[in-house]
Amino acid sequence: MQRFLPLIVVAALAALFLSMLLRDRNPHEIKSVMMGKESPAFTLPALLEADKQVTDDVLRTGHPVLVNFFASWCVPCRAEHANLMKLAKEHHIPIIGINYKDDPAKARAYLAELGDPYVTIAADLHGRTGIDWGVTGVPETFIVDGNGKIRDRLWGPVVVDSIEKKILPEIEAIK
Amino acid sequence: MKRLMVFILCLAFSAPAFAVVADKPLADPAKEAVARSLMKEIRCLVCQNESIDESDADLAKDLRGLIREHVAKGDSPKQIRQFLVDRYGDWVLLKPPVQPSTYLLWGSPFLFLILGGIAVMRRRVRANAPEPLSAEEEAKLKKLLRSKGDKA
Repeated sequence: MQRFLPLIVVAALAALFLSMLLRDRNPHEIKSVMMGKESPAFTLPALLEADKQVTDDVLRTGHPVLVNFFASWCVPCRAEHANLMKLAKEHHIPIIGINYKDDPAKARAYLAELGDPYVTIAADLHGRTGIDWGVTGVPETFIVDGNGKIRDRLWGPVVVDSIEKKILPEIEAIK
Repeated sequence: MKRLMVFILCLAFSAPAFAVVADKPLADPAKEAVARSLMKEIRCLVCQNESIDESDADLAKDLRGLIREHVAKGDSPKQIRQFLVDRYGDWVLLKPPVQPSTYLLWGSPFLFLILGGIAVMRRRVRANAPEPLSAEEEAKLKKLLRSKGDKA
């Protein structure tokens, strides 16, 4: 027994490392600490209506919403856009857009080209709201219940899989 | 001439090394020093194994600006660290804080040192102990003891 001990230790470590490697996880994804917390306050200019402001009041309407950080310069945002359109049009889920560090004119052109899935869009010109929400890069999407509490965060583009496995069931659960 | 060319070429390619310093430093050198030392502790969330002091990522640049703003406002490094941890978690600190969830992480080197020490000591004790007698030697010893006993 004693002489096999080193072998057993090595085998146990190999099993541990392998299980960590094979797990479905993205090393770039940083776990959000915002889950279950009150969504950070913001007061930002509206992207589409001149001299109007968007505040975090839009997150406290009693209905669950998605908060989607996006930018026209962000390639994965372009990739998820069709899925956002689908969520808005087919599933009637209100999406609040936060236009992260973008040129408002370019953002408007982007929406004119791809369609606008958002109920309202705030322009986070300097990315400070992004930092308050713990965003590490666009796109990121938060599920917020009707009282302003963050339920979940989706890191990276919204894909069909995350719509079916996360967004729809979680919104249904809140309702 | 050739040397000068090489020198100029080296300078040209080292431009990225100067990029980070290009942010606008604080006017007060003492405050700037506080801000810079804090930046060295904060992990860049895009490149992950760099501090925001070294990183050229856009978010790192924003966080440097944010740290300078807070330092200028008179916030303590502790407050600023907490501000970032509230948003990005402990992960944003390059040096993990000592707290119940990290006791094992911080303690394991000492734990292994102690375990290793115990293992070495036990081996030493065993090495110093005399070899057990073989059956032949045992018989010889018995015989010797018996013969001694006879004489007494």
